[in-house]
Amino acid sequence: MKSRDLSELAVRNLREAVLRNSLTTLGVAVGVASLVAMLSLGVGLQTLASQRLTRSGLFDAVFVTSQRNFRGPRPPAPADSAAKKESRSLDEDARQQLSKLSNFTEVYPQIRFVTEVRYAGKSETTSVLGLPDSSRSSGAFEGITGAYFSLPTADEAILQIEFAKVLADQPPSLVGKDLTLRYAERAALSKDDGGDSFFPESMMGSAAPGGISIVPREKTLRIVGVIESDPSAGIGGFGGARVYLPLKTAEQLHVAQPDDLQAFLSGNPAKPSYMALTVRVHSPKDVLQVEAAIKQMGFATFSLLDATKSLRLVFTVFDLFLGLFGSLALTVASLGIINTLVMAILERRREIGILKALGATDRDVRSLFFAEAGAMGLFGGFFGVALGWLIGSALTWGTTIYLHRQNLPGVKISHIPWWLAVGAIVFAIAVSLLAGLYPAARAARLNPVEALRYE
Amino acid sequence: MPAAPTLIQAESVFREYRLGETVIRAVDDVSLSVEKGEFLALLGSSGSGKSTLLSMMAGLDRPTSGAIRVRERNLAELEPDELARYRRETVGMVFQSFNLLPRMTLEENVELPLRLAEVDRHDRESRVGAALDRVRLGARRRHRPSELSGGEQQRGALARALVNRPAILFADEPTGNLDSVNGEQILLLLREFQDSLGMTIIMVTHERPLAQKFANRIALLSDGRLVSDGAPR
Repeated sequence: MKSRDLSELAVRNLREAVLRNSLTTLGVAVGVASLVAMLSLGVGLQTLASQRLTRSGLFDAVFVTSQRNFRGPRPPAPADSAAKKESRSLDEDARQQLSKLSNFTEVYPQIRFVTEVRYAGKSETTSVLGLPDSSRSSGAFEGITGAYFSLPTADEAILQIEFAKVLADQPPSLVGKDLTLRYAERAALSKDDGGDSFFPESMMGSAAPGGISIVPREKTLRIVGVIESDPSAGIGGFGGARVYLPLKTAEQLHVAQPDDLQAFLSGNPAKPSYMALTVRVHSPKDVLQVEAAIKQMGFATFSLLDATKSLRLVFTVFDLFLGLFGSLALTVASLGIINTLVMAILERRREIGILKALGATDRDVRSLFFAEAGAMGLFGGFFGVALGWLIGSALTWGTTIYLHRQNLPGVKISHIPWWLAVGAIVFAIAVSLLAGLYPAARAARLNPVEALRYE
Repeated sequence: MPAAPTLIQAESVFREYRLGETVIRAVDDVSLSVEKGEFLALLGSSGSGKSTLLSMMAGLDRPTSGAIRVRERNLAELEPDELARYRRETVGMVFQSFNLLPRMTLEENVELPLRLAEVDRHDRESRVGAALDRVRLGARRRHRPSELSGGEQQRGALARALVNRPAILFADEPTGNLDSVNGEQILLLLREFQDSLGMTIIMVTHERPLAQKFANRIALLSDGRLVSDGAPR
């Protein structure tokens, strides 16, 4: 029999016992819904975690330091050929060279310094960090009181709430007020410059230019926001900063960095170098390739890719367990299919006999029962995905309401990607066909004479 | 006038069933031949083995021993798929209880053998229409079996049996569930098919008068054995 005729007959047969077949299909739908809801929860939580971690900037970033840098997060020197390359200074030339790498989105230096902050007669020493404009999209600024920097070069500051509490009893009241930074500016001296040199000429050798001048400066900044989280947390931060400036504003301050001493000793003190550069890549999967390329350039690198791998492993196991629990319901549903089809054989014994008398082969009869099982799987799969989506949406809705009551932003904890929807439908059909194996074989084996005699 | 070629040849056919320890011999050493275009009535009382013999000739059952040859091919040796093909292409069947599928309309029932034979959809409609017209049920094509009388249902079953243009029509007690008027109408139709289409008809019945009136030949069975075989007297 042709597939179209087979499908028509199967659908017709299903329509005839509409209540029983609908209940069986509903059983499949509930099974699929349970599977989809469980897995969508796993996928949703994984997506949420990945998004949060990506936005934290920890997993799509490569932290670059000079191999001769004695500070910062640097792994033990590897014994490969890259490590044996000549150690290079992390200066502007290096930054330009890094910005030509493929798969990167931005390269920016880490400008961090400890300085004195004055506000309303109070003087506090704290850590200041320059933030690239891309940090605007970081989750850390979601609950900001006030606003993010108006311009990448604005003379503005954002305070971390713990530090804001030190400055004022009501941190939100600080927004719109000015504070003053007192910091040490680094300036290169020409050979003609005299006594202000930080390092005496005798130390610099004949090849060295004039030296470095350290000049006390003040900068007034407008407080535009107060945040609760710390966008500099983790590896990029070397401990939390408390005052944040736009990166370009921070660069223009030319604050003396600990590496200036190293730069001076390297014989080129007039050429500033960076303590560390952050290379941000398109996706965590690009990290390894970019890291290798940077090592080839002669720099030391560090990333948290291994942590991402562990995270994926945890979620894979999590998904596996959710999938197993979800599949249990589908297994129960498949028993329903077997029961329905076995009952159908008993009821339609005479019909099977007639079909055989009219020339149906065993294969035709088997295919008919298979098609009916497959149709129940198909419809059950579609309804199940829709039901699973509804359950997932309800979970997200309930979670969001709960989080809002806790004064927290809502999150989407359930997500059904296309592959999960298609996979669930295919799985439902496969399970249904498997469940139809026994009834279909039994129907095909019926002796037509006995079947025709059946009342 | 030359003799018509033999279409069906049964040779020492036995059919036994086992019921626990007991072996029941339903057909006991039956040999007979049926010529092309013949109307043979298998006559006998209940349990005489006539329906069993018909089932074996129709390819629904296999003999325990012996051979049933149709156009020189032994049905007992055919593979299941070949036997199904024989039923689909060579044979038409009519039953006592009509055996129309209740969930289908009359035309869908008649179309069923064409679906199984994978006939094109375009051809099906005209062939179903022609078959129903032949049994004078063209106006009832959209009706379900439950909406038809017994005679109409049996005529519908006849239309289904002949839609594939079979060479042999097997009828198992076709008048058993009908009154005498409808019974005669059905047998008139069978004769009409025999005459106009050259169809070979083998009918099982226990009604001797009908057999004598319509069949060319009567084979009498009793306790599974062929008792007599000849023209009706």
